[in-house]
Amino acid sequence: MTASTVDKTPGRKSGAGGTALTLLAWLIGITMFFPILWVVLTALKTEQTAFSMTPTFIFSPTLESFKSALAQGSGYWHYALNSVITALGSTLVGLALAIPAAYAMAFYPSKRTDFTLVWMVSTKFIPAVGVLIPVFLVYRSLGLLDTRLGLTMLFTSMNLPIMVWMVYSYFRDIPVDIVEAASIDGASTAQTMFRVILPLALPGLASTGLLALILAWNESFWSLTMTDYHAATLAVYTASFKSGEGLFWARLSAASVMTIAPIVVLGWFAQRQMVRGLTFGAVK
Amino acid sequence: MAIVELKDVAKRYDSMPGKKGGEHANAVEDFNLITRDGEFVVLVGPSGCGKSTTMRMIAGLEHNTAGEIRINGQDVSAVEPRDRDIAMVFQSYALYPHMSVYHNMAFALELKKTPKDEVKKRVQEAAKILDIEHLLDRKPRALSGGQRQRVALGRALVRQPQVFLMDEPLSNLDARLRVEMRAEITRLHRRLGVTTFYVTHDQTEAMTMGQRIVVMRDGRIQQIDTPYNLYERPLNRFVAGFIGTPSMNFLQADYQGDTLRGEGFSCSLNPHQQAALGDAGQRARCWLGIRPEHLHQADTFTGSGRLEGAVEVIEPLGPVTMAQVRIGETLVTAQLAAHLEVQIGDTLALAFDPDHVHLFDIDSDRTLGLETDPAVSAQATA
Repeated sequence: MTASTVDKTPGRKSGAGGTALTLLAWLIGITMFFPILWVVLTALKTEQTAFSMTPTFIFSPTLESFKSALAQGSGYWHYALNSVITALGSTLVGLALAIPAAYAMAFYPSKRTDFTLVWMVSTKFIPAVGVLIPVFLVYRSLGLLDTRLGLTMLFTSMNLPIMVWMVYSYFRDIPVDIVEAASIDGASTAQTMFRVILPLALPGLASTGLLALILAWNESFWSLTMTDYHAATLAVYTASFKSGEGLFWARLSAASVMTIAPIVVLGWFAQRQMVRGLTFGAVK
Repeated sequence: MAIVELKDVAKRYDSMPGKKGGEHANAVEDFNLITRDGEFVVLVGPSGCGKSTTMRMIAGLEHNTAGEIRINGQDVSAVEPRDRDIAMVFQSYALYPHMSVYHNMAFALELKKTPKDEVKKRVQEAAKILDIEHLLDRKPRALSGGQRQRVALGRALVRQPQVFLMDEPLSNLDARLRVEMRAEITRLHRRLGVTTFYVTHDQTEAMTMGQRIVVMRDGRIQQIDTPYNLYERPLNRFVAGFIGTPSMNFLQADYQGDTLRGEGFSCSLNPHQQAALGDAGQRARCWLGIRPEHLHQADTFTGSGRLEGAVEVIEPLGPVTMAQVRIGETLVTAQLAAHLEVQIGDTLALAFDPDHVHLFDIDSDRTLGLETDPAVSAQATA
């Protein structure tokens, strides 16, 4: 590397210190990624190779475990469909509730706005198990146990505080002047929201939605306690591989891969959308 | 076009945290003004004086807590901004970043369900007036500051509103562009004849653009008058000091009979001034106000109205040179000839025309002699 190329990247450390830092970063990165890599590798093994005490990296891959995992219980697709419906449903309902709430707090703040925000997040301080009994009893009386509707409602209320908070912070980034300009231009509150604010906050709404989707997809506590068969999600499906007859590593790994794959792929594609900012050029 | 009337308008904030403009308990007090149809009114004053709040109340973005705001006779105090038929240009421009210039300008018309042809016609007309026809397809982020400013004006223009409101629209532009746009806005106003309120903290902008200027301070009107009258007949020491650059010099002086004496100077008073001081109730002290442009170099002059002191600052501006001279405790600014042959530290003699000075009450800061000046008395009581 010549001196001039070093100059072009200000802030990057050169020399021995820089190399050590790079190595350390790689080491940490690989350590964190290793379990996922190991799960993927194990999923491609037979039960025998998966169970061998000396781990093998080189083996002839097989899709056997995936085949048997797909057929487990009432079949992978039954659980996957439940996961899609509850995660997507709770995200959409959550956005529909969070957007107007955040809009009111961001653009028409009152004395109690700050308190309301803190209060909403404080509901997350209670461990889920603390409200399990009351929720379970209420759900049993209402016939919501093991229903997609019941699970969707739980996911929505679980994610709503974070969603309101996130959307609120994105709305706060939009200059109030723009909202005022719209109201002087003759826009009603609904018109201001749909024609001005939502298009501007779209990247923020997308990342909020994505986060809610991921949280709902990965949720296991409520899924395991409130569902049994009809509304059981992929979390229940994965957990079902832990059986009395012992663990089947390869099959469990295959099930795990199939559980996390959709959300990882989605996250990968949404990355760009999540970091895009749109408000530049609005003011000044 | 419209007549805007503000009657005893006030804005009081109950200290609400996090709410814009909450720095004053009483942001505006007793605001009274009736515009003429098509008048260009400038609200001017230092920051926090309530000028922006007053404009926002006219826009309906803030509610007046007392008084009435009438547009063409109709009390609009309880009317939403969108129903007031006003257009506003914001200091930040507040363009819609996700819309093209065309849609920024067309937005208000589209909301009113104006036919597409009509929208197109009006946007293009406005774009032509402002010379931004070639920018109609661009997004705001692809425009320079000056271009954004024009789009913001254009957005107000296409509305053909009853009243224009402009909140420090030029403060984000560089000095040269500001002067250009100043002239352009004045030209636009003359062409369209729409009643316009213009907020600025820049007294030069106020003087060059306003047909009438409202000088404000601490939420209260100090004086409403034409630029000429504000300069020639300020009602108090604040207005006298605020209008004119550099600011008027103020010196404390004692008077006795027909003579005014201060630290290092004396001058004789004309009969009108004597009467004015007499009216002040035989007080022996007053403020003497002299504008920098009314001081000149006077080496040999020894008569009435002579000041002498050490030069502390010399600022050559090209056509004139500004000199700051220490007179007693006060630093007096004088606007002198371009080629000033004086060094810092030299003693400089200055002279002023006693007929060109302003006298202010030492306690209330009110201009003395207004009551005896027929041209002003009408204004003072208004």
